[in-house]
Amino acid sequence: MREKELEKLKDYKYGFTTDIESIKAPKGLNKEVIQFISNIKQEPKWMLEWRMKAFNRLQNLKEPDWQKPKYPKINYQDLYYYSAPKSVSDQPKSLDDLDPKLLETYKKLGIPLQEQNRLNNIAVDAVFDSVSVATTFKDKLTEKGVIFCSMSEAIQKHPNLVKKYLGSVIPITDHYFATLNSAVFTDGSFVYIPKNVRCPMELSTYFRINASETGQFERTLIIADEGSYVSYLEGCTAPMRDENQLHAANVELIALDNAEIKYSTVQNWYPGDKDGKGGIYNFVTKRGACRGKNSKISWTQVETGSAITWKYPSCILQGDNSVGEFYSIAITNNYQKADTGTKMIHLGKNTKSKIISKGISAGKADNTYRGLVDINSRANNARNYTQCDSLLIGNKCGAHTIPYIKNKNSSANVEHEATTSKINEEQLFYCNQRGLNQEEAVSLIVNGFCKEVLQQLPMEFAVEAQKLVGISLEGSVG
Amino acid sequence: MLKINNLTAKIENKSILNGLNLEVKPGEIHAIMGPNGSGKSTLANILSGKKGYEISGEINYQDKDLFKLAIEERAHKGLFLAFQYPLEIPGVRTSNFLKTSLNAIRKSNGKKELDALEFLKIVKTKAAELKIDEKTLDRQLNVGFSGGEKKKNEILQMSLFEPKMVILDETDSGLDIDALKIVANGVNTLRNNGRSFLIITHYQRLLDYIKPDFVHILMNGKIAKTGCSDLALELEKVGYNKI
Repeated sequence: MREKELEKLKDYKYGFTTDIESIKAPKGLNKEVIQFISNIKQEPKWMLEWRMKAFNRLQNLKEPDWQKPKYPKINYQDLYYYSAPKSVSDQPKSLDDLDPKLLETYKKLGIPLQEQNRLNNIAVDAVFDSVSVATTFKDKLTEKGVIFCSMSEAIQKHPNLVKKYLGSVIPITDHYFATLNSAVFTDGSFVYIPKNVRCPMELSTYFRINASETGQFERTLIIADEGSYVSYLEGCTAPMRDENQLHAANVELIALDNAEIKYSTVQNWYPGDKDGKGGIYNFVTKRGACRGKNSKISWTQVETGSAITWKYPSCILQGDNSVGEFYSIAITNNYQKADTGTKMIHLGKNTKSKIISKGISAGKADNTYRGLVDINSRANNARNYTQCDSLLIGNKCGAHTIPYIKNKNSSANVEHEATTSKINEEQLFYCNQRGLNQEEAVSLIVNGFCKEVLQQLPMEFAVEAQKLVGISLEGSVG
Repeated sequence: MLKINNLTAKIENKSILNGLNLEVKPGEIHAIMGPNGSGKSTLANILSGKKGYEISGEINYQDKDLFKLAIEERAHKGLFLAFQYPLEIPGVRTSNFLKTSLNAIRKSNGKKELDALEFLKIVKTKAAELKIDEKTLDRQLNVGFSGGEKKKNEILQMSLFEPKMVILDETDSGLDIDALKIVANGVNTLRNNGRSFLIITHYQRLLDYIKPDFVHILMNGKIAKTGCSDLALELEKVGYNKI
């Protein structure tokens, strides 16, 4: 490898590409391509119709432009909407049949697909470009009645669940990117936890974009039936490319009576180089419905990658006494931009929501928290607590906090706290005097700043996330 | 150990040190006393490498040019500053901070890094020796600590890192008599032939518990007078003006 590339890889160690033969749909966004995707997946007719409905709707929608980070116009006709490793379309029956190159890729990424090398107690679904390539621990999960498979498989094997819930939280008409996803989504993870089952292991999906000029549009659907519990984690990486690549996922969560879903994200898409060239546009729609009484949905996100992160994992608190939580760390360095936050829609009585957001901005980056707390007139005794803290490193970056509060119920209680601070030179000096170099010191201080959010992550990932926080800020001081 | 030759320092064109000379040999304890604004804390800051000063002169530390070493490199080579105002770092557990620091120092000296269990064993022993409540270790670093707790925490770090050259910057200020004894005990326990101390203080009181080899009076950015421990007593009686 050339020296320059090696140098780059030091900054973003997931930046390698896998040289693998792939099957692609022709470039462009049109009915034929949607037909192609649906055909190659051997989808039932209702699914194709659903996609077409979304595609037709898309013709009347415009990309939103109210967000703070602007980006050059995306030519949607110049993208591949489907790219899959050739070996996968031959449908490997088990992990042993999987292309060794894919296994090697995930090994490099630190994701164990071979169950004998299993990491603690985590089942993994691996999504490579447009398709799910492997799901581990299926047998163990099946014993408990837990369904954890790729979206494509769910459409084939569990059509009733998919029909009932797909698009029930994010309607296909929702907004430009959600509708685009509904038309062209290629794969993703599907989870169903039956009544009164506590999922016996962490479920995790690992997203990898490999092919160039390819958008990734995955769809995740998690249903927690009455009295059940699941903790789910997603991770993301992509090779370093000079082009910007679009990732527009939809994630829908449904929690029925007394059910709880904990959804964690560690997003480390390629952020672009030091001059802001390349990187992923991470335009994702994530929404959970606390449909049942006493249900709970908790989002935790650690956003360190992507050129632009634009997402608002939200909770619709329909059931009485339901609870929504949003814990977020968004780190932007160099020329990265983030506009992220949440929406908490209180519909039921005694609903509670909590928002803890930590934004860290370094280099020439720009970081915006944008959030909505919406209390409906029927939501008696609703409560919200919001805390937004921003930390600035250096004097060329920006931090913005834009909270919206709509309250139509006089019995509601809404609190908002916000702080903005610069990393403290005296703290750095103190750490240096104790033997820590500048990067170790920044990492320690920022990890402390993010602690409330980091401690929400499943233990297996907390350590990794702490390291990632440090790595993302390397070179930001001094 | 430490040799300062004709050190001058300015900050925003204001002279603070004006040709300071001082030699500290291994095993010696030097006390530096002086009125407010005489340059005591500036000396501590410059020795530990704080930026923002315009400096001339020479400082040799263990036969190396101190100015060529970064702040953390000085720490790795055993220079330790007990801060006058220890910093709070929210969200960082004291034990985690101490472990990270100790391992950074060990690593730079080619020693094996300690794992969590090994570390806890050592730090708990040290805390017990110093009569410092080990619950301190679970609290966020210096956050919500009383003045005395912060200073004791500095002494715990000192005894944990086992530095070669310790600078105490008014560590005794604001301490009650019990905390003062803990600080003194920490210093006396570490005192040996290979380790030196520079104790910056306003009060003779601390020197009742730590017997220095030399006492220097710093005035107008220079050492105005040097003596043995009696000098501190005399100073307490007559004040700086008469010295």
